[in-house]
Amino acid sequence: MSLDTALLQQYAPDLLSGLRLTIEIWLVGSAIALTVGAALGVPLTFARPGLRAVVRCYVEFFRGTPLLVQLFLLYYGGPRIGLTLNAMTAGLIGLGLYGGAYFAELFRAGFSSIPAGQLEAARSFGYSRRDAIRHIILPQALILMLPPSVNLLVIILKDTAILSILTIPELTFQVTGMTLETFAFVEPYLALALGYWLLVELAARLGHAAEHRLTRHMVRA
Amino acid sequence: MSEFLGTTPAIVNLRVLLIGAGITVAVSLAAIALGFAIAAPVCAARLSRHRALRGAGALYVSIFRGVPLLVQLLVVYYALPFVGLELPSFVAAAIALGICTAAYQAENLRGGFLIIPPGHHTAAHAFGYGPVQTWRYILLPQALRAAAPALVNEMIGILKASSLVSVVGVADLTRVSQNIVARNMQPILWYSMAAALYLAINLALAATAGTAERRLGRGMARVAL
Repeated sequence: MSLDTALLQQYAPDLLSGLRLTIEIWLVGSAIALTVGAALGVPLTFARPGLRAVVRCYVEFFRGTPLLVQLFLLYYGGPRIGLTLNAMTAGLIGLGLYGGAYFAELFRAGFSSIPAGQLEAARSFGYSRRDAIRHIILPQALILMLPPSVNLLVIILKDTAILSILTIPELTFQVTGMTLETFAFVEPYLALALGYWLLVELAARLGHAAEHRLTRHMVRA
Repeated sequence: MSEFLGTTPAIVNLRVLLIGAGITVAVSLAAIALGFAIAAPVCAARLSRHRALRGAGALYVSIFRGVPLLVQLLVVYYALPFVGLELPSFVAAAIALGICTAAYQAENLRGGFLIIPPGHHTAAHAFGYGPVQTWRYILLPQALRAAAPALVNEMIGILKASSLVSVVGVADLTRVSQNIVARNMQPILWYSMAAALYLAINLALAATAGTAERRLGRGMARVAL
């Protein structure tokens, strides 16, 4: 089987614009997810039981149901309660809320793995609870959270493909369109695999670099 | 015509939704079983002494974890007919989900084997255990116990990911709820119902898995907290 390079050249602009959109969705969706995760991770770990239960419900709902169903709820159900969003906005918000639940749990695990004695020690040194979390707990938790965060970012990247179902013209959408128009099969999917693989590899490399930098003051084994 | 378009009674829709939930469970279980059957040899290859086998296992894992599941589904569903293999959408969906989850399951299993200290192998040999007995009584129980929580997470993940099979025309919970909404225009109600059913299945799965994990761990001394 030989590759039809002319076909790839013909569709290159579409594929590249799809790749670009995938990257944009990935970045914006991840930023929303990180913000939501940080905002919910703190109460999930440190808040009173009542508030904690509310946040727990959020996390369980978004982690326990498929992203596709959440997107349908937001995109098709939203207009019924006066929340009319275009596909792109709905997709980004959906992706962000979904990823945010996973990030919240990740933040909780990170915070919980710092021994309670550290918080107590900081308090006895005169740190307020807030300052102790900010300056003592957070920097240590961040290092622990980095590797699983990179995993989560890769998962979010792959989940951006689901947004093609809402007709957002990202990479998967463009590739599916190309196969339907040309009946070619190897070329479009090869391009797609290459695109995602490139982004995954990029995320992994950046993650390693960040890990190296964050732990530069630590003794290496 | 207006009669035809008239609203279906909610109870009928609910029954249809439950049938969809049954299909979701069926396709997920088929995928998990197929996935485990593939994951075991892939994991064995990853742990093999032979470099080529290790490479092949690593390649499998990297491909199927690296490409979005939706894409894998589309490839299996639309590509196999090109090579003369036309499968019903349910079978194609189960196969696609299965080969994808196999990559994750293989890694979970491998993690389970890695925590076993090499001394156990030597000790089993010293006690006169043959290779098969060593596997059956020493290595496998420990690896499965260690990998169990991750495998359960993977099952829950597959159950949720199975919502994507609606795209290739399997009448699963997601597809059925889409059809209901297309008829009666009540997206909030029926998509929420679908979400609630997914949540219920997942919670049931997690509870069952908790029992299974305790059973797998019944030979272990419990750490008092």
